[in-house]
Amino acid sequence: MSAPAAPSNPPAPAPAPAAPAVETMTVKVNGKTVQVPKTMPDWQGKPAPTTMLQAAKIAGVDIPHYCYHDKLPVAGNCRMCLVEFGTPMIGPDRKPVLNEDGTPKIAKSVLPYEPGTPRGAIACATPISPGMEIYADSKATQQMRESVLESLLINHPLDCPICDQAGECKLQEYSVQHGKAGSQFVETKVHKPKAVDLGPRIVLDDERCILCTRCIRFTRDIAGDDALGIVNRGSYNTIAAFKPGHFDNNYTLNTVDLCPVGALTSKDFRFKMRVWFLKETKSLCTSCGTGCNITIGSREGVVHRYEPRENDAVNGPWMCDTGRLNYRWVGRADRLKEVLRVSAGGARERVAWNAALESAAGILSGAAQGSVAFVVSARQTNEELFLLKKLAAHTGALTDSVPRDGEPDRLLVSEDRNPNSNGVRLTGMAFTEFGFNLPKIADGIAQGRTKTLVVFGEDVTRLGIGPELLAKLDALIVSDILPNATTAAATLLLPGAAHAEKRGTFVNVKGRLQKFQKAVEAPGDARPESEFLLELVRSVTGQDAPRTLEGLFNRMAAEVPAFAGLQWAGLGDAGVTVQI
Amino acid sequence: MPDPSPQNVKNADGSAWPPVSQAPVGPRPFKLILKDLDEPGYTPDIGCYQRHGGYEALKRALAMPARDLPDGKKLSPQEALREDVKASGLRGRGGAGFSAGLKWSFVDRRSGKPIYLICNADESEPGTFKDRQILHKDPHQLIEGMIISCWANDVKLAYIYIRGEMPHAAKLLNQALKEARAAGFLGKNILGTGYDLEIHVHRGAGAYICGEETGLIESLEGKRAYPRIKPPYFPAVLGLYMCPTIVNNVETLCHVKHIVLMGPGEYAKLGTPNNTGTRIVSLSGDVQQPGYYEIQVGRVTLGELIFDKNFGGGLKPGRSLKAIIPGGSSSKVLKAGEVFKLNRKGADGQMTKVDVPLLDLPYDFDSLQQAGTMSGSSAIIVLDDSRSMVETLGNLSEFYAHESCGQCTPCREGALWLAKATHRLCHGEGRKADADYLTHIAQNIQGRTICAFGEAASWPVLSFVKKFRDEFEAQGAADEAARAKAPGSASSASHPSNATRPAAGSLQTH
Repeated sequence: MSAPAAPSNPPAPAPAPAAPAVETMTVKVNGKTVQVPKTMPDWQGKPAPTTMLQAAKIAGVDIPHYCYHDKLPVAGNCRMCLVEFGTPMIGPDRKPVLNEDGTPKIAKSVLPYEPGTPRGAIACATPISPGMEIYADSKATQQMRESVLESLLINHPLDCPICDQAGECKLQEYSVQHGKAGSQFVETKVHKPKAVDLGPRIVLDDERCILCTRCIRFTRDIAGDDALGIVNRGSYNTIAAFKPGHFDNNYTLNTVDLCPVGALTSKDFRFKMRVWFLKETKSLCTSCGTGCNITIGSREGVVHRYEPRENDAVNGPWMCDTGRLNYRWVGRADRLKEVLRVSAGGARERVAWNAALESAAGILSGAAQGSVAFVVSARQTNEELFLLKKLAAHTGALTDSVPRDGEPDRLLVSEDRNPNSNGVRLTGMAFTEFGFNLPKIADGIAQGRTKTLVVFGEDVTRLGIGPELLAKLDALIVSDILPNATTAAATLLLPGAAHAEKRGTFVNVKGRLQKFQKAVEAPGDARPESEFLLELVRSVTGQDAPRTLEGLFNRMAAEVPAFAGLQWAGLGDAGVTVQI
Repeated sequence: MPDPSPQNVKNADGSAWPPVSQAPVGPRPFKLILKDLDEPGYTPDIGCYQRHGGYEALKRALAMPARDLPDGKKLSPQEALREDVKASGLRGRGGAGFSAGLKWSFVDRRSGKPIYLICNADESEPGTFKDRQILHKDPHQLIEGMIISCWANDVKLAYIYIRGEMPHAAKLLNQALKEARAAGFLGKNILGTGYDLEIHVHRGAGAYICGEETGLIESLEGKRAYPRIKPPYFPAVLGLYMCPTIVNNVETLCHVKHIVLMGPGEYAKLGTPNNTGTRIVSLSGDVQQPGYYEIQVGRVTLGELIFDKNFGGGLKPGRSLKAIIPGGSSSKVLKAGEVFKLNRKGADGQMTKVDVPLLDLPYDFDSLQQAGTMSGSSAIIVLDDSRSMVETLGNLSEFYAHESCGQCTPCREGALWLAKATHRLCHGEGRKADADYLTHIAQNIQGRTICAFGEAASWPVLSFVKKFRDEFEAQGAADEAARAKAPGSASSASHPSNATRPAAGSLQTH
C-alpha cells in the first residue's frame, strides 16, 4: 500500500494579517517583570482594562478564585483572589519617588486607618496600573486566603465522603493548597435546606453552597432566564429559585459545572460514580448541528456523563441540557450487536464480518449502474460518508440523506438536529435539500429499477419507503446502532458504533470541522463503520485505501476540496473552520 | 493647649473633669439647620417654610451669574455653585466625612448619560437620629437643598431613598414635594428658568445595608441591596442605571442651601479649618439629657457634649464615665481617661504632637480620626460604669450579624461568627481565650470586604477587646471556672468536639 496521498508539503498557513500594535504596560508578579496588554477581553469578549488576575496568568501565576469565571460578569464576592499589591510611590510633586538605585519606590497598599496592615485587592476586578507589583505568594496574601477559606468552611458541612463534587471540588483543592489544617471555630454551625429540588434536573444543598453566585449570573446573563436569586440575609443567605422547582431552562446543568463546590448537583449523575474513577475522553455532542465540544466521562465501558469542553469557536464553556443528557442510548440493551444475513432460504442468521462483507462486496460489485441507491444519515462521520460516496460513485447510485429539524434557541441549540449535515454536503452524498431524492428512490424501487438499497443510520420506512417497497428489493444492506423497521427488513445487517465508540470528524452548521475520540468499546460484534467500509471499498472498487483513521482522514482531505490541506494531526482539540 | 487641672467631677478611671480647654465659642449649640424646626408653631408645610425665608436660597441660586476667574476662565452659574460648595469645605454628614464638593467634581459629565442625584435618607446607624428631625419637621429644607444641588449638577431626575421604618416622613416628603411642585419650585421650568427637575421618594424595605451608597443604588434599581465592587462601579461614573450618580446625605444637602445663603466664605468661618460648618450630634446613652444638638464642628469638645448643661447635662447621679462610642455604633470605642496624641499647628505654623485627653477632644472629623476612631454619623453613645462592655459588644455584634447582607465571604461568615462568640460570652459559655478569638475573627473581616460594613462590624469588636480586654478575659475565666465546678463540665462549649452542639441560649439572628 502506498503512503496516504497526503500532500508532502502542506500549504503554509497564510501569514497572519499584521495585528494592530497592542498597547502594553509593565507590571511585576511575584518579582517577575511581565509586559501585559493594557486591555484584554472581558466576559463578553469586549476589551476592558486588564485585571490583576489576567496579568498574573500571563506571568504564569494562578490566583485562586471561586466567584470569578472568565465567561461570567465579575461579582467580586468570594474574596479568595485577594492579593497584596503595591504601586509606584508618587511624591508631592506628582513625580515618581525613586530608590537609591534609581528604581521606582513602591508603596504597598495598606489599610488607611491601620498603615501597618496590608490592604488586599481582589485580583478579578482590580485593573492593573503601570509599575504595579502583585504579591501573589506573600505572607499577607497567604493569610488572606487562609482566612477566606476558614470563613467558607466554618458553616460548611464537611461531608466530602458523600459529596458528588469530591475530587473536583475547589473547596477541597484550595483547602489543600492554601488552607489551614485546623479551625478554631467552636460555635454552632448554621443549618440550611438540604436536597432542595431546584428544578427538574438540579438538586441544591444550601449548606455546601459558598454563595459565589456563579449559578445566578449564568442563568441570568447567559441563559437569559432570571430564575435564581438569594433569599435571607448574612450567614443565612440561601440560593433559591424564584418559582420553587422551576429552574427548568435548557441550560440548567451548566450551573452544576460552574458550581465550584457540591451545592448544585445533577439529578442524572448524583450518587452514580466517584469522579476520580471516570476516564475523560474528548468528544462532540451529536444532538444538533452546533457540535458542542464535550468530555465523555466513562468507566469500564459505560458512559456516565457528558460535560461541555471549552471551545470559544463553538460552544464556549457551555452546552444544553438536552444534548448533555442524550447519552443513555449508547448503553441501551437492545443495541444491534450481531452481524446478520438473510440466507437463501430466507432465514436470518448470524455471520462473521468477513462473510457479511464478502456478501456486500458481491452485491455491490455485481450491481448494474443505477441499480443501487444509498440513504445515509447526517449522523455519520465525514470519513464514513467519504467511503460511502466511493461506493455510491462506483455503482452510479442515487443518494440522499434525511433532514432532522427542530426549534432553535438563542444560545446553542441549532435548528438542524443532525450533527454532520455539512459533512453530507461536502462529501457529495447530498447537495440540495435533504430528502429531495427520497421519492425518486421510492419510485425506483416501486418501478423495479432499484434492486439494492444501502441504508446507513436511518429508518427509511418512516421516509416513504415502507416495508412493502423494501420487500421488492433484491438486497437491503443496512448499518445502524439501534433496531428499527428498516433494520428488521435488512437482508444484510452491519451493526455500527455510536460516536462514543469510535473516532471521526463532523462539520458543524457553521463549517467547524472537529474530531472526536473513542471513549468506550462498541458492544458485541458492532464495529466502527469506517473500519468495515474501508474493507468494503477495497473489495468493491479495487482501490487501495488507507488502513488507519488518520490515513483515511488525510486521504479524504486530499480528495474533498473543502478539506484541502488538512491533516488529522493538525486538527487539534478545537477543530478548524472550513468553507461550506 | 492649657494644662488639665483637677476638678470635682471624676471619671471612671479617676481622671479629671471638666477639661480646662475652652473652645473659642464655648459650649453652646449653634443652630443653622435646626434654626426653625423646633420653634413653637413651626409646621412642615410650605407656607410655614416660606414665612421663615424658605426657597429664597433657591431663587438666589437660580439667578446666579456666570463667573469670570482671574485666569480668564469663565464658570457657568452651575460650575460657580459647585466651586462654592468645594470652597465651603462642606464634608459629608453621612459617615465618611468626604468633601461634598470633591464628590461632585468626580461626576462624569462627558458621558452623555443623565446624571442622577440621590438623597440618602436611610438613616439607620444605631444611635443616629438627626436626619429624621429634618425629614419629619422641615422636609422643605431638604427639598430646597436638593433642588439647588440638582441644578448645580445638571440633574433632571432625583430620588430620596428613605428608610422604610419612617413611613410618616415619607408621607410628609411626598406632601412637601407636591407643594413645591404647585409653587413652581419643582417640575417643569422651575421659576421660569427653563430648568426641569423631578424628585421621587422611594421607601426602603428595612435593611441597614441600604444606607451604603452602592447598596442603596442597587435597591433603588429594584434589586437586592448588595453593595457594588469599586472599581469599577464608582457612583460618580457608573451609578444608578449605570449613569453618573451623586449620593448625598440629608443633612449634607441641607447645608448646600446655607452655603448659597451665606456664601462659601462666611460658611467656612463656621466650625474649624477643614471641619467647617455645623453638624447635628445625636447624643444618647447614659447622659441626663439625651437628644440632638447642632454644634459648630470642632468648637465643642466631647466632654462638653456630655457634661455641659447645654448638651448632655452630665452623667446620671452617682455614675462615672466608662466609655464613649463617638460616631455611631460602628466607630471605635474610646475609653474614659484615654489621652491622644494629636497634630496641632502651633503659633509658628509648625505641626506638633499634643497630648489631648479624651474629654478635650474637639468634636470634629479630623480630631476623632487622629484619635483612632471617627465622628461617623455624629452619634455619640455614652456608657457609664453600670454597663458591661461584654454585653454592649454582644448587642452591637448581634446587630451587625443581622444586617450583614451576606454578599462577600469575610463579612457574611465573620459577622455571625462574632455574634455567636459574644453571645456565648454573654450567656455563661465564655472562654478566656475568646478575647484573642474575637480579635482574630474581626481582623480577618476589616479591609477585605466589598463595602465598609466589614469595618463597621469589626471595629467595635477590635476596639472593645483591645481597650477592655480585662473585662472580656475576666468574663471568660469566670465562665470557665463555673463550668469546671459544674457536673458534666467536659461538655463545655470551648471543647472543639462540641462545635456543632447548640450552645445554651444559642443565638438566633435569623
